[in-house]
Amino acid sequence: MFFRDVLSMDPFREIDRLQSEMNRLFDGVSTSNRQRFPEVNIWTNPEVAAITAELPGYDPKEVNLSIVGDTLTIKGTRNKPEMKNGDHYHRRERLYGNFERSLRLPFAVENDKVEARFKNGVLQILLPRAEEDKPKRIEIKSS
Amino acid sequence: MIAEKEKSALKKQEVGNLDTVERTRSGKVFVPAVDIFETENEVIVLADMPGANEKSIEITLEQNVLTIQASVEDDTPEGFDLQYSEYDTGDYQRSFNLTDTINRDKIDAKYTNGVLKLILPKIEPVKPKKIEVKVG
Repeated sequence: MFFRDVLSMDPFREIDRLQSEMNRLFDGVSTSNRQRFPEVNIWTNPEVAAITAELPGYDPKEVNLSIVGDTLTIKGTRNKPEMKNGDHYHRRERLYGNFERSLRLPFAVENDKVEARFKNGVLQILLPRAEEDKPKRIEIKSS
Repeated sequence: MIAEKEKSALKKQEVGNLDTVERTRSGKVFVPAVDIFETENEVIVLADMPGANEKSIEITLEQNVLTIQASVEDDTPEGFDLQYSEYDTGDYQRSFNLTDTINRDKIDAKYTNGVLKLILPKIEPVKPKKIEVKVG
């Protein structure tokens, strides 16, 4: 072995891990307990919603976005590093393969004006709110 | 064991306590998930560090301990309010013990798409020397 992970020796981290493991056990058997990937943060201003997600090592060309109604679906693939015969792992913590996640959007969006950027493994999607969905100011007439 | 693996791969792990070094920056610190594999001539480390600022990545080697560190760029879109949050951002730090078989002068690092790749070349094995015995 070439490596020993210095941080993994910390007993407090181990306690933390056990605790969350226990929480998982008592969480019941509902499927909502399933891990979500990728995790997202959702930001809004009155005009636009922004969704960010961490997708390190994903090729932006292999990430697909689609919007149907008010549902945004993100799909992607991360490929395994190329390994030759005889190469072997010392540690494997990263996951490979496909993911798919659908999100309900906070408001109807202008589908053809959606923009997505990918920088340093972080995906940012900007979704402009549909014109007809924007709140309208209603004037009150005084008589 | 599998659960732990799953967890570390899907959920960011925060650093428990940072040994003896006090931090001078506020904010969270995460342990990047890594893959380490060995090829014929090298040991490769892949570390997930999404959102890190390329210029902030520091790799230090002190005695046997190789440490990777990076600070994260603030990804808050300007003028937006956070509505819903599943992940936190923060700096990255993780240390590894190296053995003597690594050529310390030739360690190479690359950061692409949020993944730091370290290439640690192995020291070439010394060829066995044959000593001929002369018959006198």
